[in-house]
Amino acid sequence: MAKNNNNQGSSAKTSATRTEKTVLTKSGAEVLIDTVLANKIDSCWGYPGGAILPFYDAMYGSNLKHYLVRHEQAAAHAAEGFAKATGKVGMCIATSGPGATNLVTGITDAKMDSVPILALTGQVATTAIGTDAFQECDIYGITIPITKYNALIRYADEVADITETAIRVAQSGRPGPVLIDFPKDIQVAHTARLKPGKLPIPPRHYEKPPVVGDLARLADAINRARAPLLYVGGGAIHSGAYANLIKLAEKAQIPVVSTLMGLGAFPGTHDLSLGMLGMHGMAYANKAVQECDLLISAGARYDDRVATDKSDFASQALRAHIDVDQAEINKRVKVDFYIAGDLNDVIAELIPKVKQVKERAWVTFCRDLKAANPLRFNKNGSFIKPQQLIYRLWQKTRGEAIISTDVGQHQMWAAQYYAFNGPRQWLTSGGLGTMGFGFPAALGAKIGCPEKDVVVISGDGSFQMNMQELATARMYNIPVKIIVFNNGFLGMVRQWQELFYENRFSSSDMDYNPDFAKLCAAFDIPAKRITADHEVEEALDFLLNTKDVCLIEVAIPREEKVYPMVSSGTGYREMVDFDSSKEAGDEVKIIPNEPAARDGYVTRGKK
Amino acid sequence: MRTVLSVLVRNSAGVLSHVSGLFTRRGYNIDSLSVGETEDATKSIITLVVSEEEEMVRQIEKQLYKLVDVLEIRELTGEDALKRELVLLTVKSSRETRHELLTLINVFKARVVDMSESEIMIEMVANPRRISGFLRAFSEFGIIEMARTGTIALPFPASG
Repeated sequence: MAKNNNNQGSSAKTSATRTEKTVLTKSGAEVLIDTVLANKIDSCWGYPGGAILPFYDAMYGSNLKHYLVRHEQAAAHAAEGFAKATGKVGMCIATSGPGATNLVTGITDAKMDSVPILALTGQVATTAIGTDAFQECDIYGITIPITKYNALIRYADEVADITETAIRVAQSGRPGPVLIDFPKDIQVAHTARLKPGKLPIPPRHYEKPPVVGDLARLADAINRARAPLLYVGGGAIHSGAYANLIKLAEKAQIPVVSTLMGLGAFPGTHDLSLGMLGMHGMAYANKAVQECDLLISAGARYDDRVATDKSDFASQALRAHIDVDQAEINKRVKVDFYIAGDLNDVIAELIPKVKQVKERAWVTFCRDLKAANPLRFNKNGSFIKPQQLIYRLWQKTRGEAIISTDVGQHQMWAAQYYAFNGPRQWLTSGGLGTMGFGFPAALGAKIGCPEKDVVVISGDGSFQMNMQELATARMYNIPVKIIVFNNGFLGMVRQWQELFYENRFSSSDMDYNPDFAKLCAAFDIPAKRITADHEVEEALDFLLNTKDVCLIEVAIPREEKVYPMVSSGTGYREMVDFDSSKEAGDEVKIIPNEPAARDGYVTRGKK
Repeated sequence: MRTVLSVLVRNSAGVLSHVSGLFTRRGYNIDSLSVGETEDATKSIITLVVSEEEEMVRQIEKQLYKLVDVLEIRELTGEDALKRELVLLTVKSSRETRHELLTLINVFKARVVDMSESEIMIEMVANPRRISGFLRAFSEFGIIEMARTGTIALPFPASG
């Protein structure tokens, strides 16, 4: 009896100690979850496995919503799509070894396009690191060149600081990906350090950078210029400079050209918009670059797809560069002067310093350039022309949809024929050119922006790079609308082989493509295949009105090419435009940057 | 052009990988890199000697400054900084050459560390230019083995 009493007494004491302990400490995994939730990250994409299991266990029943993908690459792209569409940090998770390496493409993509994502990887226990343990890989070492910040957590006490640092770095200045490698034993180890303290890195990595440079000189240059031109890039979207860019352009009457990444930073149908410049840019945009006398690059980086010949890019003009990343200034093309700082801050300071201009001969000149150099293609019998379909999609969605693309011809046609009303509508892999980006990125965007139409524009080659995510879309009922242009070829590769390799179509023929509609049927996803022009209208209605994830496969001619085209390394002088006489059919001319074009065709009201 | 960059960094586990990786990834030419602790045990100095044009050096500085572990970058190329390298050298010697070798060692203010019938081991601390001159002078005797540190540098105290 006495013995029993003793036992009860001691067990009561043990449980009291345990309760006390759980109040004071938490596991590393719990602290990481708390820290991301405190930073308003409440969803993530990932795939479990051995070394990340304790974290998944801690996530079970927590407020961090997890979406299970079918391949880790898609988790990284979904996090990117979420981040691009919302401006918040996207999060993806993978286990150690192959899970971690499968994230690498997405992380690199995010680095190239400055997308804030947090990648979390499981790692073997700290005691096993360096022994070539099962599924061990040095993802910390692998991701050094492709992250803004990465860390291997060594002690549970570091979890809060490292997580907070990673999230702050991802969003600050020029955004980008960060990675935390989390050993299995540290996920379960307890710590009393539940909240981050003073961050272990210099404040310049997480505080807003100051504006430095020749602001007065830029204002003066704008006021003196006869033919100023704004060249906006992805930085304009990251900094939220939309409203101020419109104010500046209108006040000083400055036409605007945009890079691929900058589409939507300025309204596509604004009277001053000249659309996209560069390798497959509008002829009127490229011609304006050759004619301007002041080029103001705003959050753009003079990359090789824009400044195709770096010695002859707006070389007649005074060139100014505004960028939040000082290392971009004078990196590839030498500029006359620069301003470093957040673009929106710079533009806001600039607006009161520039003179109000009523009308410029230069603006009229640009308007005439637009009218004289429309986008062109030939309409030929009942063949479906992808350009026309995208243009029609634009009209039907009033330029308001979020468009997510893969990489290739379809991407360029989308960039040309869909004039975006505003920022964060355009999700595309620009810097890295990652096929397989579009569909998972769209899933992320739709979770971030459920009220918007999210349309995937893809090709038969690209879509097959991540089509396993049809299961993810179905599982969580994420209603993205998918268009797969099928020309049975890697179209852009074919185009280069035709133009530069004398029609030797080496391994670009995608023979034995699946029947995409049947493929969707296997996932219980509604789909249609269309082959003739008269089916387009109905197919687009099907796509836009279906409340579920759905797909249309669109057969297009394999010979269709993207024009205009400036070859790598050559200047805009050598731009090749569409030649109607070389193709069958009748010429169609379209200027997607005309304000009137969109509103004349409204067939569908807001949902 | 040779530029000496003194980079103060946080002593974190991956800092050397981050810095050296930046040079290989972006194709910058690097003559030497040396790393060691400072008076503050949480910080190290990485001294880099780079052979690049002025514009590229500015680009390198900006890229380095983007690394989270980099605290401060100073250029110490000019006359107002002390630069030193250490070289260890084993040279062939014989009865006939020994006297000449010892004279040269004296001229260069180097130091004999060890000696055998057929070899002399020498150490010398000097600025990189003198070290190069020293190595040229000894090469005709037959260098058996040589190891040389990278440059380290500190600015002279401000005068006045």
